[in-house]
Amino acid sequence: MDITLADLIPLLPLLVTTGTAVVAMTTIGIKRDYGITAVITIIGLLFAALSAAYLMPNTNSQVTPLMVVDQYSLFFTVVTCATAMFIAIFSYPYLANLDDHKEEYYLLLVIATIGAIVMVSSNHFVSTILGLETLSMSLYGMVAYPVHVKKPTKFPLEASVKYLVLSAAASGILLFGIALIYAQTGTLEFASVVNVPNITEGLDDGFTITALVLVFVGIAFKLSLAPFHMWTPDVYEGSPLPATTFLATIGKAAMFVVLLRLIEASEALTFNSFILVISLVATASILAGNLLALFQRSLKRVLAYSSIAHMGYLLIAVVASHFVQGSISVEAVTIYLVAYMIMSAGAFGVATVTSSSEQEFDSIEDYKGLFWRSPWLAAVFTAMLLSLAGIPLTVGFIGKFYIFFAGVEAALWILLAVLIIGSGIGLYYYLRIVYCMLLSADVEQKFDVAIGRNISSHAVLVFLLVLLIGFGVYPAPLMAMIETISTYI
Amino acid sequence: MILVWLIGILFLGGIIAWLSERLNPNYPRLIALITVLLDLVLMLTLLGAEPATGGWVAAIDAPWIPRFTISFYLAADGLSVLLLLLTAFLGVIAIGSAWDEIKVRAGFFYFNLLWTLAGVLGVFTALDLFLFFFFWEVMLIPMYFIIAIWGHENKNYAAMKFFIFTQVTGMLMLVSILMLAYFHYLQNGFVSFNYHDLLTVETRGPLEMWIMLGFFIAFTTKLPSVPFHSWLPDAHSQAPTAGSVILAGILLKTGAYGLIRFAVPLFPEASTSFAPFAMTLAAISILYCAKVAFAQTDIKRLIAYTSVSHMGFVTLGVYAWNEQALQGAIMTMLAHGLSAAALFMLAGGLQHRIHTRNMLDMGGFWAKVPRMAVVVLFFSIAALGMPGLGNFIGEFLALLGAFRANIPLTVISAFGLIFASVYSLWVIQKVFHGEYTNSEFDDSHLTDLTYREMVYYATMIVGLIWMGMYPQSFLALSQPVLLDLISSTEEIVNIVVQN
Repeated sequence: MDITLADLIPLLPLLVTTGTAVVAMTTIGIKRDYGITAVITIIGLLFAALSAAYLMPNTNSQVTPLMVVDQYSLFFTVVTCATAMFIAIFSYPYLANLDDHKEEYYLLLVIATIGAIVMVSSNHFVSTILGLETLSMSLYGMVAYPVHVKKPTKFPLEASVKYLVLSAAASGILLFGIALIYAQTGTLEFASVVNVPNITEGLDDGFTITALVLVFVGIAFKLSLAPFHMWTPDVYEGSPLPATTFLATIGKAAMFVVLLRLIEASEALTFNSFILVISLVATASILAGNLLALFQRSLKRVLAYSSIAHMGYLLIAVVASHFVQGSISVEAVTIYLVAYMIMSAGAFGVATVTSSSEQEFDSIEDYKGLFWRSPWLAAVFTAMLLSLAGIPLTVGFIGKFYIFFAGVEAALWILLAVLIIGSGIGLYYYLRIVYCMLLSADVEQKFDVAIGRNISSHAVLVFLLVLLIGFGVYPAPLMAMIETISTYI
Repeated sequence: MILVWLIGILFLGGIIAWLSERLNPNYPRLIALITVLLDLVLMLTLLGAEPATGGWVAAIDAPWIPRFTISFYLAADGLSVLLLLLTAFLGVIAIGSAWDEIKVRAGFFYFNLLWTLAGVLGVFTALDLFLFFFFWEVMLIPMYFIIAIWGHENKNYAAMKFFIFTQVTGMLMLVSILMLAYFHYLQNGFVSFNYHDLLTVETRGPLEMWIMLGFFIAFTTKLPSVPFHSWLPDAHSQAPTAGSVILAGILLKTGAYGLIRFAVPLFPEASTSFAPFAMTLAAISILYCAKVAFAQTDIKRLIAYTSVSHMGFVTLGVYAWNEQALQGAIMTMLAHGLSAAALFMLAGGLQHRIHTRNMLDMGGFWAKVPRMAVVVLFFSIAALGMPGLGNFIGEFLALLGAFRANIPLTVISAFGLIFASVYSLWVIQKVFHGEYTNSEFDDSHLTDLTYREMVYYATMIVGLIWMGMYPQSFLALSQPVLLDLISSTEEIVNIVVQN
């Protein structure tokens, strides 16, 4: 198959990010300059996001069998590139004092973004694996990046190795499931799973279900769904904050888009046992995530466990997609993912702004009295936490509202009960952090809260807060857009 | 449009009050007072307004979230107007009670106070159920801050408990609202959260009961009623005085309002069959919490339990669902709003003066603070239901109406009035009579009521006497609304019975 120039146009965002990586690498080769590398990365990601947004209204094509570039994938390309750009901005002051070769960090970040773009545009197992490994490989590096610091406050190497080993195991399981499907159908498209029982006589549904469950387990590892969540808190805690942010936002969202496309294309939910598996995993994730978060003292660990719970909430909408007419559950997943990315990036962003690679402030105690020392940072943090808890006026509530709606329409009463219980428990640990910030600051202030130190990071926080409240109060435009793009799934 | 102004002014005033703290620490309270007074004046114009069809004196309906046909739909009728006035009036009183008490971070305090009031006004006027839920939750967060920042020794626990109780039961209500909206979609082809649309939804059978319970639990948690009341004593005893005034005077009434406006009219059939259970819960609330109140030594906890007890009459009246009973429920809401607010202010005033709420340490205060003692006596007597004062009208009408619906439960509930006399007079005796000792506390600040405080209490006394002597001015406002609600639910129940 020849690829013409016209075929390449839909791939523009991917080409721009790849170009950014090449340019950044060359620049580092010519002259090492931290600032220039960061600026190249940020501008490149911005152009990638803009090109994807430009293509979005009238692009819908299958570019090679591997990648589908429709409005849905372009929407997530925009979201991914924008988030990656924000993380790059957060990273700049964070890593500024690193005595290592700090320029290459941005290469890893851009390459990880490339992987994520491939994943959100994938409806074929090959591109899924390619994208996933590109993303993961870069993340191992990002997680371990401050390893040469003389006295690292955390354990980046431990986190990286843990992530590498478990991730590799998960990829193995995923590949085994894919191999089972390929053995029967001879193709690797998501939609091919539907044909497994038809192609080979004598193979019943059990074969397909086994294959699907193996694939799902592989994906569940990456999404840190219980009972495959053990790595999450350790890796979150050990990684430098920007890498944690990347892992928690883009890493999760890209994988979830793959899961959504796979489940919709393969009609996996026509098997009752598969619905049961997903429902059990959702229940386990919501309960385990919320309950374990209660006992944490580290902010990163709280957010790690809460992310497990949030992935569980999302699965409810996935299950609902089988029972509802129309695209409400796909919309629910989409809007919740967007909300989740905004609020996670914001919550981690606040922690990143206060920390640096030399010293991270991730104990909840460190934020004692923040409300009175820096009302601005505390207000952002509070808004993000309340959004994670699903309180109105924030986009988190809109997301939760959608999940409730999909659940009610699908009559998933047990899962809804779990959702309510989980959210109730969740309130406790989110409010605990808020309360800690409200206490009077009798301790000496541990970190500098002056805005001047990294004005660009604060600008990003402003932007995220505006999105959070804006979409929370007037969500109509976002809803309309998501309603349109969800028809492409 | 005026309703948007009412809410908007409070939101805006809150922000200005917060910012003004930088200029002068005394500005926030001044700005807050002006804002609420302005609201009160605006509301008074609603009294003269000519009602449109359906009895709505003011309404605004603007599209908000077209995906689910959610609109920004606010409307007020006689019932809403009464509660709006109560809210603004107690808002002024609350600001007065905080005037000298809140010294630390005053700007943020008045911001939260005004935003809570704004949320409550939204709850009392929203007729789109999504919007209603929105306001229902919005009023929680500032209230959480008020308790968590300016509260007393165990504020974290109390604030957290308050928030979790209301939020979790709120989610049950959200599920119920969504089910109603979905039923509307099944029956009419489009999702709707509009109150009038949802009134026409037919949800018969066991599902109706479950949906109704979602609303019932959310509202009785806020009311509160046994068995969802345990957050209230903690929240009240830990909250600053102004927080208690808002909680007891206004926030509890949102639950009662929800029962009258939503829980019963939306599910007439399920409510009819559920009424005996609800009235039993009400009777248990009245007697059990009166008994528990008697066992308290913390004066604020005591008043909190009496609140639960008095709110039992509201539940009783609502589920009797006839005109007298409902009028009684509404009068109880208004009168209790004033009397409980005043009692909490007095308890808060005492705590402010002697830094303890423990009644075992008190005694013989009459000689020390005669004016305060008389005021406490007045409000205690009002709360126990002395004829001629507002609370009597409310509880009497509620019992009178309930008698027609369920005689045994009404008879049992009526004993609550006796218990009320017991604990009220016990408090008077414990705190103001007897030997004066000051061994347990520092009495250097135990001074009598100031003239400013006297003014607040005087207005509330006037209010209670007005309600008691000429209740018609209040009953007339709510009567057409109640008749409407009753006739529409009866129609539906009759149709069901005939089929």
